[in-house]
Amino acid sequence: MSLVEVEDLGVEFGAVRAVDSVSFTLAPGAALGLVGESGSGKSTVASALLGLHRDTGARVTGSVRVGGVDVAAAGDDELRRLRGGVAAMVFQDPLSALDPYFAVGDQIAEVHRAHSGVSRRAARARAVDVLGRVGIPDAARRARSRPHEFSGGMRQRALIAMALACEPDLLIADEPTTALDVTVQAQILDLLHALREETGMGLLLVTHDVGVAAESVDDVLVMRDGRVVERGGVAQVLGAPREAYTRELLSAVPRVEGSGSGPVPGSGTSSGSGSDSGSGSAAGADDGVGDGGGVGDGGGGGGGDAEGVVDARRAEGVVGDVVVEAEGLRRVFGRGRRAFTAVDGVSLTVRAGETLGVVGESGSGKTTLGRMLVGLLEPTAGQLRHGGAEKPGKGAAPGVQMVFQDPVSSLNPRRSVGESIADPLRARGDRDGDAIRARVRDLMQRVGLDPAHYDRYPHEFSGGQRQRVGIARALAAEPRLIVCDEPVSALDVTTQAQVTALLAELQRELGLALVFVAHDLAVVRQVSDRVAVMRNGRIVEQGPVDEVYGAPQDPYTRQLLAAVPALDPAVAAERRAARAAGAHAVREDGGAAGKELAAA
Amino acid sequence: MTATATATTTSAAARSRGGAAALGGLLGGGFTGFVLRRVLGAVVTLFVLSVVIYAVFYVAPGDVAQITCGPRCSPAQVQQVSEQLKLDDPIHVRYLDFLRGVLVGHDYSTGTSVLHCDAPCLGLSYQTDQQVTELILNKVPVTASLAIGAMVLWLILGVGTGVLSAWRRGRPTERVLTALTLAGTATPVFVIGLLLMILVCGKLQWLPFPQYVPFTDDPQQWAWNLLLPWVSLALIEAAKYARLTRSSMLETLAEDHVRTFRAYGVRERSIVGRHALRGALAPVIALSANDFGSMFGGALLTETLFGLPGLGRELVQAVRVVDLPVVVGMVLVTGFFVVLANAVADVLYAVADRRVVLS
Repeated sequence: MSLVEVEDLGVEFGAVRAVDSVSFTLAPGAALGLVGESGSGKSTVASALLGLHRDTGARVTGSVRVGGVDVAAAGDDELRRLRGGVAAMVFQDPLSALDPYFAVGDQIAEVHRAHSGVSRRAARARAVDVLGRVGIPDAARRARSRPHEFSGGMRQRALIAMALACEPDLLIADEPTTALDVTVQAQILDLLHALREETGMGLLLVTHDVGVAAESVDDVLVMRDGRVVERGGVAQVLGAPREAYTRELLSAVPRVEGSGSGPVPGSGTSSGSGSDSGSGSAAGADDGVGDGGGVGDGGGGGGGDAEGVVDARRAEGVVGDVVVEAEGLRRVFGRGRRAFTAVDGVSLTVRAGETLGVVGESGSGKTTLGRMLVGLLEPTAGQLRHGGAEKPGKGAAPGVQMVFQDPVSSLNPRRSVGESIADPLRARGDRDGDAIRARVRDLMQRVGLDPAHYDRYPHEFSGGQRQRVGIARALAAEPRLIVCDEPVSALDVTTQAQVTALLAELQRELGLALVFVAHDLAVVRQVSDRVAVMRNGRIVEQGPVDEVYGAPQDPYTRQLLAAVPALDPAVAAERRAARAAGAHAVREDGGAAGKELAAA
Repeated sequence: MTATATATTTSAAARSRGGAAALGGLLGGGFTGFVLRRVLGAVVTLFVLSVVIYAVFYVAPGDVAQITCGPRCSPAQVQQVSEQLKLDDPIHVRYLDFLRGVLVGHDYSTGTSVLHCDAPCLGLSYQTDQQVTELILNKVPVTASLAIGAMVLWLILGVGTGVLSAWRRGRPTERVLTALTLAGTATPVFVIGLLLMILVCGKLQWLPFPQYVPFTDDPQQWAWNLLLPWVSLALIEAAKYARLTRSSMLETLAEDHVRTFRAYGVRERSIVGRHALRGALAPVIALSANDFGSMFGGALLTETLFGLPGLGRELVQAVRVVDLPVVVGMVLVTGFFVVLANAVADVLYAVADRRVVLS
């Protein structure tokens, strides 16, 4: 008998059909991946397995059987036994998924008691036991900590421990590693793998990251707009996809391996006339990127892949004058015993027409560095020269602009996008309303937005479009340098590819210098000419992108690269074995926890 | 994804820590430091309050000596009163005099004998020559009895109703409770109090007409007599607390960690009663602190209605006849309780949520 049988599942939220006739089965102990972009309905399917749509106003049709229980027909008690007891869920954001007011161990004990009815004392002991099994050091003591005293990776381990406590037959993991750094992600995926081998539980892994799926599951279901697009063994689907959408999804995934990289849409905005099969519909996914009125009014329409562009740029000698130069930059937050050095002696140079990628894990100081380059933060020590001159006084540096990570919160929801784009113009003293409007329309066109949408508000745009608004705003004051802080990490892969392509194109046209701050090694490789790897406020390695990725000198860089999920399941298995064997495997969790405790 | 957020919070936290550290370093960290800072803050607050009150009464219209002496006094008598009360002295001299009384006590000559007023001496009432400190100390138990009893009742009633209506959201129970709380919010205390008094004391004669009996004399009679004022006050306040608790609970119930416990088959009763309530308590604590503090100056309607000789009634009386020492004393006592209640609330926050550091 199958562990999970889903037949013709449909979920409607009001008029929106989030899931449409999805069917699949999962054998006991098997692992299935649900892969898709945001809005594809994958998480909705996962919630339906536990009957979490009950009493929410969602309309669920079709049948879902988990461990022989018909989820739709089950009584309240039966459903409670199913939740956690038969199938346990691990959520995406481990901070918000735990109650901030209770000790981690108590929360696990409570869940365990809900299923076993053992004494409080026995449940506590069980909590300590499972925390130890998921690799929390000194579990008996740490069980008394509150969630905020744990690092991100430890929290995710704690959630997995909560699942383990009930000894479920099935683990449902909804984006379990999305909020984590790449090395921690690798640890969590390895942990899930090991636990599965040990306990024989089944796994349903919901993820937007094809690489994560490749590492962890046997079979894959690719979803789009609530429907299953393609299904099959993970090697077959990722290696030889049959459906156009799957191919497009895979081609948009940036590769850390370098020159073997998939085609990148050269001009994400030339919808319908893209240079490869992917980009046309990719632009379509980023709905409403103006029709026909592409960006390339200056002749950028042709396309070609990003790597080629970079090479061409180098050959033509477009890479020019030094735009920004930093020497021994330091930034300390706090004072006395609580002082924390976020950036510790960073030196770098960026020239016109070149992209410097800054890559590092959370807490490495890359965002602080980016903010200092723009002038949003004053360096504690060190020198910063823009175009050869010391930056005069405090405040934002002239000729430098920033593109922020979250296009939702970095735009004022109560101002039209046109007004937001016009802000830098007004800030520098432009007063002629008509001229400003004309310039904004011009900018909107340039980044692939319909100028007629001047008066629309941010919520009317998709994520990718909002990031285009952010880019247009950065361009408005004609900067020589744009610092992009995680500009694509909130976007789906297909949209990601379009936005990076747009940045490359604008750079080529305008000779901009770009600093591209990101945690995603693959994205940084794709867009950068040179790359700086940061750790604990220092640059551990800096150089041309091919050298750093191809022949990393620093052990930390090597460790980072080894942690990136491989798209080929065979390679993934190999790397996992290598990681398991590697005695040098750094206990990131313990270290990060120590850091957080010190900061608290 | 988390990088920006982390960096921002880190820097914000670092900044606030910097400020707190400076003050903490001055007064010592931890709980002792917290208490010391609070005491210092209270002293400053009360000092500013007394200055403001003195200033207000200085510029207020009306001849204090005439009012104090009475309408039938001759100009000579008024002049005598004015001299006796030192009303002709400049305001800052009078204020310093008052401060000295608070710090070291004061001797008042009543013509034939000397009346000693121990520190903290808030002066003598213009009207009765009674020591203000004594006067207030006599009234505080009445108002405190009213405030504490009513607060216990309204917290039980209000939070209970709020939890119930959040749990039963969208069901008939919630609709009935919402209607009731709306009615409660809209009704003034004297309407409810009067109705209750007519019904319970008059028609049914279940309770005596309230009359204050000190707790130390007869606890049972004390509670019995205060029951009606407590209930009247609590019914009104409970409505406010029910609404606050409900909305705060609904917010917590929508949070991710509640979803986690649902997904693990924890009973709804335990989710609502343990996890959601704990998260929803912070605003309730904050509001209680404010309400409790202001009861000391503002339970006037209830006190008047039920004939309780509390601070509120005394204050109104004193304002009417410009009895400055009494007014200042009253305001300071009220201020003291507001500050105290807020400090207690801060401690409760830190106990309820370990992420809050007392600073």
